[in-house]
Amino acid sequence: MLKNFSFHLKAFKGLCYNILKCGFVEGFSMHEWALAEAIISSVSQIAENEGLKEVVEVKIKVGELQQVEIDILEFALSELKMAKFKNAKFTVETVKAELQCRACGQKWSFSRNKLDIESAEAIHFVPETVHAYIKCPKCGSPDFEILQGRGVWIESVRGVK
Amino acid sequence: MLDPREAIIDKRLEKVKNVIAVSSGKGGVGKSLFASTLALTLARKNFKVGLFDLDFTSPSTHLILGLKDAKPKEEKGIIPAHVHGLKYVSIVAYSKEKPLPLRGADVSNAIIELLATTIWGDLDFLIIDMPPGISDATLDLIRLVKGIKFLVVTTPSPLAFETVKKLLGLLRELKVPVVGVVENMKIRKDAFVSRNVADAGFSSLGDLPFDPKVEETLGNVDALLETDFAKKLAEIVSKIPFNPT
Repeated sequence: MLKNFSFHLKAFKGLCYNILKCGFVEGFSMHEWALAEAIISSVSQIAENEGLKEVVEVKIKVGELQQVEIDILEFALSELKMAKFKNAKFTVETVKAELQCRACGQKWSFSRNKLDIESAEAIHFVPETVHAYIKCPKCGSPDFEILQGRGVWIESVRGVK
Repeated sequence: MLDPREAIIDKRLEKVKNVIAVSSGKGGVGKSLFASTLALTLARKNFKVGLFDLDFTSPSTHLILGLKDAKPKEEKGIIPAHVHGLKYVSIVAYSKEKPLPLRGADVSNAIIELLATTIWGDLDFLIIDMPPGISDATLDLIRLVKGIKFLVVTTPSPLAFETVKKLLGLLRELKVPVVGVVENMKIRKDAFVSRNVADAGFSSLGDLPFDPKVEETLGNVDALLETDFAKKLAEIVSKIPFNPT
């Protein structure tokens, strides 16, 4: 079972690589590469600031609002790893996106299914464009707060000094 | 918890020789027109130029440039659209013609997102059309973009200049280089702005005439570059000591 899973994962990663390399699919999955570069650059800075000889584990959280494809992000991270953290384990966790209306106080969850492809794509690239495409389900106001689930952030970096 | 995006911004801009923020203390002084014409003028002189419309809630450079669909491509990041010899990014590509009401924190997040993911590549000039005032966008760019310089636009109005004085004061306090101040929409000879700019210790770059024909050229860049406004702007630009390209 485990072997099968590994095989499928390898096949999937190979497919991702081909897509990324050949540029057959533009857009949605490509943005993950830019975010992965930012994560690698940031981890590198943290390792340097903290005097880490080796990075062992990096915990990353990804907000649901940005609709990041986790597999592609993980693949990009594995391709971009530097020598100092080539053995590091990167774990990526998705955080549900929750919104709250500033006008009436209504709280609700983001749902990609209610968006057309263009709107979802816009939010993927610049999550703040959500204010152009989503309104409070209770009062219709576009003045709402993203309580959680926006963007990509590093929760922790563990390493050896 | 750490936002990783800021760590990559230097790398994204490492091949940009001059980052020029076209800014003012208030709206309506012609920043977007100035920024667009400046970018086009430099591009016509065969410089490699980018134009970044940072006025997220009221973008207008796409109208000046006559762009209906200037969507960036995506390839390991955002690849600016190529228009009229410029690399071009505006949030309009994503928000379309819909209103995009953003509060300060949202503006900051969108700025960081676009700075972190846009691949500008090799540029002599990146011209940034700023929103008016000294709030989030101005503070974020000063914080995030190393080597940024401000080019400040005002009108002859004491009201406009009063807000510009505050912008100049902030830039001085934060030790941000100012290329100089341009006086736009000049109707009659008057030394009010140039005198006050000199008194404040900044350079006056010159004045641009109020040219009613400019409005008729919106969307037609060739016609825009033939206006007295654009010709005078080209004269001013030729005297500015930018970084070597």
